[in-house]
Amino acid sequence: MRFKASVFGLAAVLLVAAPVALSQFRTEQLTEVGVTFIAILGLDVLVGHAGQISLGHGAFMAVGGYTTAILMADHGVRDLWTIPVAAAVAGAVGLVAGVTAVRLSGFSLALVTFGLAVAFPALVLRFDHFTGGAAGIELAGKPAQTGHGAGVVVLGRHLSNGDWGYGLTWTVAVACFLLVRWLLSSRFGRALRAVRDDERAAATSGISRAVAKVGALGVSAALAGTAGSLLAIDTAQVGPGTFSAELSLYLLAGAVVGFFCSVRGAIVGALLLQFLPDLARLLPHVGSREAGPATFVLGLAVVLVTLLLPPALRAGTAFARRAEARTE
Amino acid sequence: MTALVQHVASGVASGGIYGSLALAIVLIYRATGVINLAQGELATLSAFGCWTLVDHGWAFWPAFGATLALSFGGGVALHALLLQPLRNSPLLRSVLVTAGLALAVNGLDTWIWGGASRSFHGPFSASAVTAGGVALSKQDLGVAGVSLAAALVTGLLLVRTKLGLGLRAVVSPVEARFAGVRVGALAAVGWGLAAALGAVAGMLAAPSLQLDPNMMQRVLLYAFAAAALGGLLSPVGAVVGGIVLGVFLDLAGAYVHRIGGELRPATALAVLAGVLLLRPNGLLGGTAPERA
Repeated sequence: MRFKASVFGLAAVLLVAAPVALSQFRTEQLTEVGVTFIAILGLDVLVGHAGQISLGHGAFMAVGGYTTAILMADHGVRDLWTIPVAAAVAGAVGLVAGVTAVRLSGFSLALVTFGLAVAFPALVLRFDHFTGGAAGIELAGKPAQTGHGAGVVVLGRHLSNGDWGYGLTWTVAVACFLLVRWLLSSRFGRALRAVRDDERAAATSGISRAVAKVGALGVSAALAGTAGSLLAIDTAQVGPGTFSAELSLYLLAGAVVGFFCSVRGAIVGALLLQFLPDLARLLPHVGSREAGPATFVLGLAVVLVTLLLPPALRAGTAFARRAEARTE
Repeated sequence: MTALVQHVASGVASGGIYGSLALAIVLIYRATGVINLAQGELATLSAFGCWTLVDHGWAFWPAFGATLALSFGGGVALHALLLQPLRNSPLLRSVLVTAGLALAVNGLDTWIWGGASRSFHGPFSASAVTAGGVALSKQDLGVAGVSLAAALVTGLLLVRTKLGLGLRAVVSPVEARFAGVRVGALAAVGWGLAAALGAVAGMLAAPSLQLDPNMMQRVLLYAFAAAALGGLLSPVGAVVGGIVLGVFLDLAGAYVHRIGGELRPATALAVLAGVLLLRPNGLLGGTAPERA
C-alpha cells in the first residue's frame, strides 16, 4: 500500500512539474500523451476486462472531436462544456455499434468497429457542409474557446495556451483514471470479467452477456470521445488528418503494449505511441522520422508482448489469484 | 441496359476480389477460430512482392505463380511462429497477435517500398471486348475470371480431396482430433491457403487501386462484409457474398446518386452491421456450428 501511494505521489509530482521544467514543444507532446492515455483507458476496459476487440477507437475519438468542434464553431458552446457532450455522443455511437455485434459470439465487434474506422473518414468528406470536409474546422480564436487563443488566467496566474491545454487534459485524464478504476472494481467490472472468462457461468449467475458487452463498449467509446474532444480543444482544430483510419490500430497496439491492457499500463502505451518514432530513429539505417520503421517496431512489440508475456501478468489475473487465495 | 450490364460486370470483378479475400478470412476462421485482422496487409505485402519481381524483369504470370508459392509458405510460417504457440490460450490473444501483425506488415511495406502509391501493371489491358452490343473491359473480365478460378480451385480442394476433408473437419477441433485428424498441421495449411488467396486478391486489386501500404484497407472491410453475408463459416457463402456485395455496391454507387464513391465504405458497413444484427448466420441461412 505504501509502495502504491508513493508511486502515485511521484506521478503527481512529475505531472505538475513537467510543464515548468520542459520546453513548450515537449509540453505539447505530453498533452498528446494525456489524450492517448484516456483513449487507451477506454480500450483497457473493453479488451482487458470485457475480452472484446475494438478496431474503431480512432473513429470514436473522431466522433468526440467533431462533436466538440461543431458545438463550438456553429453553436457557440464554451469548449469545456462540450467535453461531456462529446463523451455522451461517442458513447451512444459505441452502444449502437455494440448492439449490432453481440448476437454473434466471438469477434464480430472487431469487424463492425473496423468498418467504422474505415468508413468514418469518408463520411467526413461526404458531409462537408457539416464537418468542413478536407479543410476541417478551425477553432483558434473562436469566442467559444477558453481565453480566445490568447492564454488563460487560472487562480491569478497567466497560463499560455499550451500550459492550459496540458493542465486541462491531465486533469480530465486523472479523473478518467480514477473513474475507470472505481468502475472496474464495482459490480459492473466484476460482471465484465465474469463474461470474459466464461459466458455460460456468468449467465448462470444472472449476468446478462449483452448488457455487459454493450455496456463495456459504451463506456469505452465515451472515454475515446472524451479524448477526441480534448484533442480538438488542445490543437484548436479538427480535420480528416486529425483522426486517421490507422489511428484505431495504433491505439489498440498501445493498449496491448501497456502490460496487455491493464489500466496501470495505459501510461506505458501512451508514452510509447508518442515517443516510439524518436526511439525508432536510433535503429541502424533509419535516418529521419519515417513512419515505416516505427510502425513496424510497434507491431512487432504487440506480437512479442502477446506471445511472450507470462499469463501471470495478464490483466485480470491478479483478480483471479486473489479469488483463489480466498477459497483456499 | 448496356450500362447496367457493364456495371454488373465491373461489380462481379470487384466482387471476385472481395470474395477471394473473404474466402481467406473464412478459411482461417474455420481452421483456427481467429479473425485474421492482418489478412488485408498480407495481401498488400504479396502484391508488393509481385511488383518487385515484375520490376526485376519477370513476366507477370511467372511472378504471379512465384508470389502464390511464397505467400503459401509465408502463411504456413506465420501460423507456426505466431499461432501455434498460442493454441492453448484464449482466442483473444491470437486475434491481438494478428492485429500486431497487421501493423508490423504495414510498417514493413512503408519501410521497404515507401508510402507513396505506385502504378502496378496487371496482365489485362483496359481495352474493351464487344459481345452482343455490350462493351466489357478486359480488365474486369480477367479479374473476375482469375478470382473465380481461384475460388473454384479452393472449392474443389475442400470438397474432393482428403486434405480438404481434413480442412472441413478442423472446424470442430476436439472431435477432429479424436478422429485422428492432425489439427495443427491442417491449420497451418489453412493459413497457407488463406495467404495465397489473399495474394490473388492483392495482385488483382493492385492495378485498379494503385499499390500503396494501405491499399487493402477498404477491400478488407468489403471482405469482412462478404464473409458475414455468407455467415463467416461458409466458403461458398463468402464467395457468393463477395460477388453480391460487389454488384450491389457498384449498382448503388451508379444509380443511387446520394451514395457515390465516398459512401461506398459506409454502405458496406451498413450491410455488415445489418447482416450481423438480422441474419447472424448469413444470408444463405443454416445454423452455424458453434466453435469450441
